[in-house]
Amino acid sequence: MSLYRFGSALLGAAILAAPLALPAPALAQANEQFIPSLSYRTGPFGPNGTPFADGYLDYLKMINARDGGINGVKITYEECETAYNTDRGVECYERLKAKGPTGATAIVPLSTGITYALIERTAQDKIPLLTSGYGRSDGSDGRVFPWMFTLPATYYSQMDAIVQFIKSKEGGSLKGKKISYIYHDSAFGKEPLPVIQRLSKELGFDLSEFPVPNPGVEQKAIWLRIGRQIRPNYVIMWGWGVMNPTAITEAAAVGFPRDKFIGVWWAGSEQDVTPPGDAAKGYMAANFHGTGKDYKFMRDIEANVLKPGQGTGEARHVGTVLYNRGAINAAMVVEAVRTAQERYGNKPMTGEQVRWGFENLNLNPQRLAAMGFEGFMPPLKTSCADHEGGGVVRIQQWDGKKWNWVSDWIEPNRKMLREMYEAGSAQYAKEKNIKPRDCANQS
Amino acid sequence: MIYRESGQFKTSYATDQAIFPILQDRIALAILLLVAFVGAPMFASDYFLTTILIPFLVFSVAALGLNILTGYCGQLSLGTGGFMACGAFAAYKIATAFPDLNIVFVFLLAGGAAALVGVVFGLPSLRIKGFYLAVATLAAQFFLIWLFTKVPWFVNYSPSGVISAPPRAVFGFFVTGIEATSHAKYIFCLAFVALLALVAKNLVRGRVGRAWMAIRDMDIAAEIIGIRPLHTKLLAFAVSSFYCGVAGALWAFIYTSSVEALAFDINRSFQILFMIIIGGLGSILGSFMGAAFIVMLPILLNAGPTALGTPLSTSTIAHLELMTFGSLIIFFLVVEPHGLARLWQIGKEKLRLWPFPH
Repeated sequence: MSLYRFGSALLGAAILAAPLALPAPALAQANEQFIPSLSYRTGPFGPNGTPFADGYLDYLKMINARDGGINGVKITYEECETAYNTDRGVECYERLKAKGPTGATAIVPLSTGITYALIERTAQDKIPLLTSGYGRSDGSDGRVFPWMFTLPATYYSQMDAIVQFIKSKEGGSLKGKKISYIYHDSAFGKEPLPVIQRLSKELGFDLSEFPVPNPGVEQKAIWLRIGRQIRPNYVIMWGWGVMNPTAITEAAAVGFPRDKFIGVWWAGSEQDVTPPGDAAKGYMAANFHGTGKDYKFMRDIEANVLKPGQGTGEARHVGTVLYNRGAINAAMVVEAVRTAQERYGNKPMTGEQVRWGFENLNLNPQRLAAMGFEGFMPPLKTSCADHEGGGVVRIQQWDGKKWNWVSDWIEPNRKMLREMYEAGSAQYAKEKNIKPRDCANQS
Repeated sequence: MIYRESGQFKTSYATDQAIFPILQDRIALAILLLVAFVGAPMFASDYFLTTILIPFLVFSVAALGLNILTGYCGQLSLGTGGFMACGAFAAYKIATAFPDLNIVFVFLLAGGAAALVGVVFGLPSLRIKGFYLAVATLAAQFFLIWLFTKVPWFVNYSPSGVISAPPRAVFGFFVTGIEATSHAKYIFCLAFVALLALVAKNLVRGRVGRAWMAIRDMDIAAEIIGIRPLHTKLLAFAVSSFYCGVAGALWAFIYTSSVEALAFDINRSFQILFMIIIGGLGSILGSFMGAAFIVMLPILLNAGPTALGTPLSTSTIAHLELMTFGSLIIFFLVVEPHGLARLWQIGKEKLRLWPFPH
């Protein structure tokens, strides 16, 4: 009787869920651009996902309130909770991809796991996938990954920039120095391994690797080894969520100097340095944008969204690292739409048109000034082959109250990285039988 | 009234031993199969197929596997996620090493590989029982996930440790990879699940299943009447791991189409254990009901308020979802500790007497 019973259960569920499966009543030619938000406000990474989602939505609200949308096209949005689960992320993607008059504008998953699950789906559904500062580094090769965008910088770029920073601090040479790499044992943490392993050979530093099992609360043994036995000159960490404050606390416990400790930009927010308290003073992290509220677009958000009480989340998050990162992600999506409109006209853009916009994005200083991003991020320019846009990385340091810059913008070694991207994407293309696009013929 | 078997006479052993001895059940089954194979692909949206039905089918296979081991043979296991990972990574290795091999055989071989691993980790079950065995299978869970994250050979030296399914076709239709339509994926998955469910049903009502249940109910008595614990328990581990392995391969190839070992962590094992506890231990139907409960309900709870247009923030809905889901689990277990399958059975017994219960 099993199949019969199973079927009735299935049928029941189908009837229950039928209203969900029906497409939302599409307003024909509605002058709206639908931008979905895959967020996580619950689950182990909820404290980090919340400010990001707030910043993302607040920026979109600000564009609507200040400019009445993108060139008159009003932005609509809907949030879907992924709880940082890959399967829920896929569900959210499928739920939101066809909403709005032209479907989802772009997808920002904020999770390396969800990114990997969506690479093929977005290519099939013709929706750009924006993985800003995470995800698959070789996705920067636009010839093989036409639908994926990694701007402004990838993990590969970031690792190279961090090592460059350490090199400059160590007097220009890393020969014979020791660097420990401690990482979240997942696709996220393993991503930059090829870069640091290669740099270790080329620059002659001694590399020790420490994978930390998810979620990263158990690091005592690792830090005893780092702090008492290896005593490296620097520690680089690829962590997310609860792993970061734990690492900082443990570093303090074994007396490893925090000002020799550099985190990935996902380990460089207020949520990471507040719990350890004074132990976090001097800790450094990479970043690709400014922090705080002292930028024109932040004042616009303040005036147009927060003042009228339209803010998405708690006011204390505004201006924090992850809030600003949410805003910069939203800004890149909006700018891609704007760029696409220059070519296709001021109407709602389809995924394919937005993809063109992402590929021809040119955030030069004038454009950045118009966006109110002066001093917030450096210029950026993408092309058919380069979906990373030549982003640069900067190192910031926590002084106990706020983040301060301790380096200038560092230009990653583009030649080496490009070579590595192409090696990675070539392998992917071979496995998937993808013929790389010829970028010479792209308009 | 409608559900009455009077007048249906069984005149041969074959009719007496049928899986569905009652005519109404057979009619319902035919309708159900028609709906599942024809109706759903025709009328369900892409969203419904790819994010609700396919994961439901995949989880059902995994729950079937665990139910064979825990529900029928009484061996408590927390290694389901590990065995699923085995199947997923084995399928990936086989599919990339033999590009011309039909995907059906890839999945079956992957299940076979998982079965072998399951037998190895089933060996402790000969000496230890109950909670202690659960802890021993926990070792399998952690060891296997560690192995797949640690050894780059399993992921063909991909630096991120993520495997992604190569495109493969069955009868000229792509079922994995970028060109596969949700319909092809769904039908392929459904055919697999239907066959596996049929095999499982027949296994558990035959000699093998009776031996498993004898071991479950009292292993010493079973041994005395001539059932060999070594063979029986290891067979249960092998069959169970085979199912879990196929589920893992389906997960990696059909559902998400790219996966890292972390997707099969201990939480996955717990999730499937909850499915069979809520659905009903020792019931094939229960595996499906449990999978439906755990997979579909959270999505319904999450999408429901938005679809109805309630002005709640996403975070409130997310928290509400967890609270409602938790209370429903408690409610169903209090109402019927033997699971949804038992509730269904009671319902059917009531229906037989309806509308004249006395």
